[in-house]
Amino acid sequence: MIEFHLETRSGVPTYLQLVQQVRQAVRLGILHPGDQLPTVKEVVEQLTINPNTVLRAYRELDLAGLVEGRRGVGTFIASGPPPVPPNDVKTLRSSLQRWIDRARTAGLDDENMSALFANTLRPPTISRVA
Amino acid sequence: MNDSPALEATALGKRYGSNWALRDCTLTIPAGSVTALVGPNGAGKTTLLQLAVGLIEPASGAISVLGHDPRAEPLAVLPRVGFVAQDHPLPRRFTIGETLRLGRELNSSWDDAIAERRVDELGLSRRQRVGTLSGGQQAQVALTLALAKRPELLLLDEPVASLDPLARREFLTGVLQAVTETGITVVLSSHIVADLERICDQLIILAKGRTQLVGPIEEILGGHRLLTGPRTDAAAVARVHQVIRESHTERQTTLLVRANGHVYDACWETHEVDLEEIVLAYLGMTSAAARVVAPAAVAR
Repeated sequence: MIEFHLETRSGVPTYLQLVQQVRQAVRLGILHPGDQLPTVKEVVEQLTINPNTVLRAYRELDLAGLVEGRRGVGTFIASGPPPVPPNDVKTLRSSLQRWIDRARTAGLDDENMSALFANTLRPPTISRVA
Repeated sequence: MNDSPALEATALGKRYGSNWALRDCTLTIPAGSVTALVGPNGAGKTTLLQLAVGLIEPASGAISVLGHDPRAEPLAVLPRVGFVAQDHPLPRRFTIGETLRLGRELNSSWDDAIAERRVDELGLSRRQRVGTLSGGQQAQVALTLALAKRPELLLLDEPVASLDPLARREFLTGVLQAVTETGITVVLSSHIVADLERICDQLIILAKGRTQLVGPIEEILGGHRLLTGPRTDAAAVARVHQVIRESHTERQTTLLVRANGHVYDACWETHEVDLEEIVLAYLGMTSAAARVVAPAAVAR
């Protein structure tokens, strides 16, 4: 079981914070396939948040195939997504390493690189709401 | 959740003498939502809520609550609406037991089980007099009365303004539990913006009797951005986006905009903004913590 927390001034929508925390917990091995997520009622009482927000987050996770809702029972972590094949990771890492070397030559420090990476990964656009 | 709105106002207005307490107010509150009605004191929040329960008559426009005009058909509206007025007035000399009995006698849809369960959960004795309870407990008893009539729409006028942070949390948790269990629609007015983002899914900003912004909170958060860049005037940005607030220092300009699509312009750094900052911008104030963003790191 995990306990959710909220950052109220982050600007990240509440439902997305819940989604990210489940994803993160799965990634870090805190949640395993078959583990149950807190019920909507429990999350509402623990965080004093709108139940629609919790439902929204769980629906999102369900659509992404990360969890499965069992009617009247609860929401459970689905059997994990297929891990990225290790060979792909190796290739990706070496091309990333080449990029890092180029960036360092160009004068970027670690912080500049992280910022550029985060920024490219999730551009700060207005298009989040379709 | 059903599709017809819980509340609909069309060009609604209320005037006291020559002063418009509410003017040209058009909005829709979806059924099943939790809506925050935000604005400074005197913005028209209480007026809107009083119009919703037919306590006062509109000077112009129309309001429909659960599909009916609250003044023309009070019996089609009032039994289905729970209303907790500001400062949650209750008979102070009544015991809690007597207060519940009052609720039972006055409401045909009264559900004793809900009332009893809530009083037990609050750890209150039925023999306690209402006047001896803390502010938080009184608010909870008022909420109990409103919920035990099993309303479809719950209107709360500044329910937590006078409560300490813990009592505020507990009260709002009670409201949200009811939302979880019954899917009730909630409208709560507040001049405290903190925490609304987690509690509400719709926002109405009122100022000087007019609606400034109405919509789902998620769209509001997604649609506003803080732009920072070298000092310039806002005209170019204002041609594309709606500039809500602008401020300038000697070398830097900061704009809070309601963005019309993407902000592409490379001169601006774009930041997400939280709800409190957006509300304050619409209310024409600058937040104490007005974000002065340091200029981007430059090579020196």
